[in-house]
Amino acid sequence: MRDMQTAEAGFQARIDEGVKIEPKDAMPDAYRQTLVRQISQHAHSEIVGQLPEGNWIGRAPTLQRKAILLAKVQDEAGHGLYLYGAAETLGVSREALIEDLLAGKAKYSSIFNYPTLTWADIGAIGWLVDGAAIMNQIPLCRCSYGPYARAMVRICKEESFHQRQGFDLLLALARGSAAQRAMAQDALNRWWWPSLMMFGPPDEQSPHTAQSAAWKIKLVTNDGLRQKFVDQTVPQAEFLGLQVPDPALRWNEARGHYDFGPIAWEEFYQVIRGNGPCNRDRMNARRRAHADGAWVREAAQAHAAKQRARPGAAA
Amino acid sequence: MSGNDLPAPQESAPAPVDDWPLWEVFIRSQHGLAHKHVGSLHAADAAMALANARDVYTRRNEGVSLWVVPSAQITASSPDDKEPLFEPAKDKIFRHPGFYKVPPEVKNL
Ligand SMILES: [Fe+2]
Ligand SMILES: [Fe+2]
Repeated sequence: MRDMQTAEAGFQARIDEGVKIEPKDAMPDAYRQTLVRQISQHAHSEIVGQLPEGNWIGRAPTLQRKAILLAKVQDEAGHGLYLYGAAETLGVSREALIEDLLAGKAKYSSIFNYPTLTWADIGAIGWLVDGAAIMNQIPLCRCSYGPYARAMVRICKEESFHQRQGFDLLLALARGSAAQRAMAQDALNRWWWPSLMMFGPPDEQSPHTAQSAAWKIKLVTNDGLRQKFVDQTVPQAEFLGLQVPDPALRWNEARGHYDFGPIAWEEFYQVIRGNGPCNRDRMNARRRAHADGAWVREAAQAHAAKQRARPGAAA
Repeated sequence: MSGNDLPAPQESAPAPVDDWPLWEVFIRSQHGLAHKHVGSLHAADAAMALANARDVYTRRNEGVSLWVVPSAQITASSPDDKEPLFEPAKDKIFRHPGFYKVPPEVKNL
């Protein structure tokens, strides 16, 4: 027991020194398990996050917007892969993680349980949802676990295009007809609060924060990130000529930040518990896609086995 | 494990029966540098590993050449051997040019 405590103190000292932890290094079980949970939830979010946007690929208003949306959704698939890869270095298999997701046992970001009702929602997702994701992910590029930090660096490089294409899409609508402006405003009305919830519950209700902060796998608090997001996004909404749906929102000169109204956390917990507008649809879509792809996976495996069995095949 | 009582790490993920093997991906960028490790992916065979590596890791002109290597074929040094392997180089500062004081009158050395 004493030895275990010494070892954990040594581990913490390495983290404090800024040493990156690598897959084959010894690490406390709790560190490993917390990371597996955090990275796999993040991976699942990238994968499920393709669904609300995929819904509009076939209905994009121009060929260029369609190509952009396709490229963005393809990036998200890649992000899922980088993150599953990082989780696998901790000794879990990708298959087991995906099984957990399909069985409804794994969590993913609650934002993806909201529907994309209009084309403007695609702009709002890029601008707000990817914008919030970037804010979360940039500090993680410095996290203590090497494979996770490296995956985040790749992801962050690709994310800024996601946010910009969303803003660009909304800007086109904001400069369009009255009906297009109304569509953009409606999208902001529906996506604003769920986007603020993406940063997670308030710090005082967030039980694991202190340990995760000590381990450098959470580098900024939920409330700190949320404030930064509001401060950065409100002037962008003003540029678009859109109204942020919060009557309590105002600049606080003394704090140097925007004050904003209370968040309806009951809605957040309802969505997390599976009672959001699209939870069931999202899982059904994932399960169907996985089942529909089974024959492709089997065929590829059979082909590979046949190639290996060929006389003269490389050992 | 020497002087370390934290739980032993697993060498690699347990190979699931139905999952494709893991491959490590290396890319050479335009500028004539060596291939660099960029990540990993699962694929049924080498051809599929190359195709997937192209789709996942080179969507933005990241490279002009790809290598894929089965992860199981890589032998890695152990973190426990870090000291015996890498410490000895540290006290051989005479291997670096800065160790030698060149008189200011001497040029082109
Ligand atoms: Fe992403
Ligand atoms: Fe994104």
